[in-house]
Amino acid sequence: MTYDRFLNPEVVAVPPSGIRRFFDLASTMKDTISLGVGEPDFKTPYHIRNMAINSLIDGETQYTPNRGLLSLRKEINRYLSGRFQLEYDPETEILVTVGASEAIDLALRAMVRPGDEVLVPEPSYVSYSPSVIFAGGTPVGVVTREEDDFRLKPEYLEAAITKKTRLLILPYPNNPTGGIMEQADLAAIAPIIEKHDLMVISDEIYAELIYDGKQHTSFAIQAGMMPRTITINGFSKAFAMTGWRVGYACGPKEIINVMNKIHQYGIMCAPRMGQVAAEEALRLGRENGYEDVLTMRESYDRRRRLMVDSFRSMGLHCFEPYGAFYVFPSIRSTGLTSEEFCAKLLREKSIAAVPGNAFGPCGEGNIRCCYATALDKLNIALDRIAEFVQEVKGN
Amino acid sequence: MTKLESCLLDLLKEDCRLPLEKLAIMSGTSLEEVAATIENLEKRRVILRYAPVINWDLTDRERVEAMIEVKVTPQRDMGFDAVAARIYRFDEVKSVYLMSGAYDLLVLVEARTLRELASFVSAKLSTLELVTGTATSFVLKRYKEEGVIFEGEESDHRLVVSP
Repeated sequence: MTYDRFLNPEVVAVPPSGIRRFFDLASTMKDTISLGVGEPDFKTPYHIRNMAINSLIDGETQYTPNRGLLSLRKEINRYLSGRFQLEYDPETEILVTVGASEAIDLALRAMVRPGDEVLVPEPSYVSYSPSVIFAGGTPVGVVTREEDDFRLKPEYLEAAITKKTRLLILPYPNNPTGGIMEQADLAAIAPIIEKHDLMVISDEIYAELIYDGKQHTSFAIQAGMMPRTITINGFSKAFAMTGWRVGYACGPKEIINVMNKIHQYGIMCAPRMGQVAAEEALRLGRENGYEDVLTMRESYDRRRRLMVDSFRSMGLHCFEPYGAFYVFPSIRSTGLTSEEFCAKLLREKSIAAVPGNAFGPCGEGNIRCCYATALDKLNIALDRIAEFVQEVKGN
Repeated sequence: MTKLESCLLDLLKEDCRLPLEKLAIMSGTSLEEVAATIENLEKRRVILRYAPVINWDLTDRERVEAMIEVKVTPQRDMGFDAVAARIYRFDEVKSVYLMSGAYDLLVLVEARTLRELASFVSAKLSTLELVTGTATSFVLKRYKEEGVIFEGEESDHRLVVSP
């Protein structure tokens, strides 16, 4: 039986993720050291796991309110105001979702109208553009350049805006580049958002993973931007809770209301045990100064320095990433394309990295390597990559 | 302890063969400063030795280990220190700890054979006049030491490649 007649051609037309293809290849190989992961190498801290176990034992297995447990939303409010000076009303302006991914999807589906253009800085996380398409909009890539530390520059933003532009996705700290936007960078963007009457989806999932004394600044606290911003965050990266699938969206109640409508019909609520665990993560963090987060960040930072330095000593240009847990070195000097480089590296040295073009055409020429991997493995991987680069350049 | 010292101790505890260059990069400081800090830690006897964690069970070396709970009579003015010193001077003794609870000293002993170990307890340890009693437990299997799990690696449950 052929199913063409039953499938939505617009969905079928969206190409599969470039990462997916690579995943299929990499997972068939044995003894691969993977720098292709996109999640912490820490387990969720014990006290958080234990809280969820206790909640299950106590029989807390029911639905929660659509918007999430009110006690969790209150903790989210305290966390965001304490950490990033963001004030949201737990009753009306915070929505707990199944990971930050659902929050992004909801924000797009709540706001995008047919034919709307949504600006997506590139390179960035692979899901934005497909989600825009699924929401009925048209994704428009905005170039960010290594010369600008992969920051979104006002001139490139302005140049991409048309009459149809309605939304900007602002993904900083950035996956895959590790680029960040500091206060001055955000302040330069805000007037353009105002001038063209746009909304912003600010994906701040990596907000806690920022290094070298830099501070994360939320876009919503820029002058006049609170009513124009949906702030997205979650627990996956900062608290090593990827598998729990708990994220949240915060913004003007009018938009959160509509997002909640889709969420309530489509999902009902995020899993209760995940919410209980997330609440514990924030509660204990508030009490002990986010000890777990800081310990993990410290550990990432050491490995980050090692990665950057190692790529540079291989003779590869490597931009200094101040956020997330990726480095994004340029492999242009090897004469290979990103995909050739990664495929050959996987075949010949059993190291998996992700080709930069998976994150948008302007990621071509780079590869994404995650440093959330045990130090001994990281050292082996770096030695093998060094060997590989030498062999490739030698030919 | 400075932040740098704490960072270097963490890293060396994980892998004491990390070269100075890597330690410098990872701690974000100069080679000279790392070298000086480590030397200082050694001089202050914070770092005592750089020793690997060995799984002897995978070698053909005969080796028995025991943990001995020792009750002693503390001495006037010296407390437990003097008797602990008498005990830790034996080559067979790998570690000695003063413990709270039902006994006083925990003594970790290593010998090549059971006979050797038995003779250590009966001939050397028990005969010390301040030792009032011992209870010896033999180590049957070692699962984890110094944070390292012996059998099988902890598996990485993460996807090989993810967005």
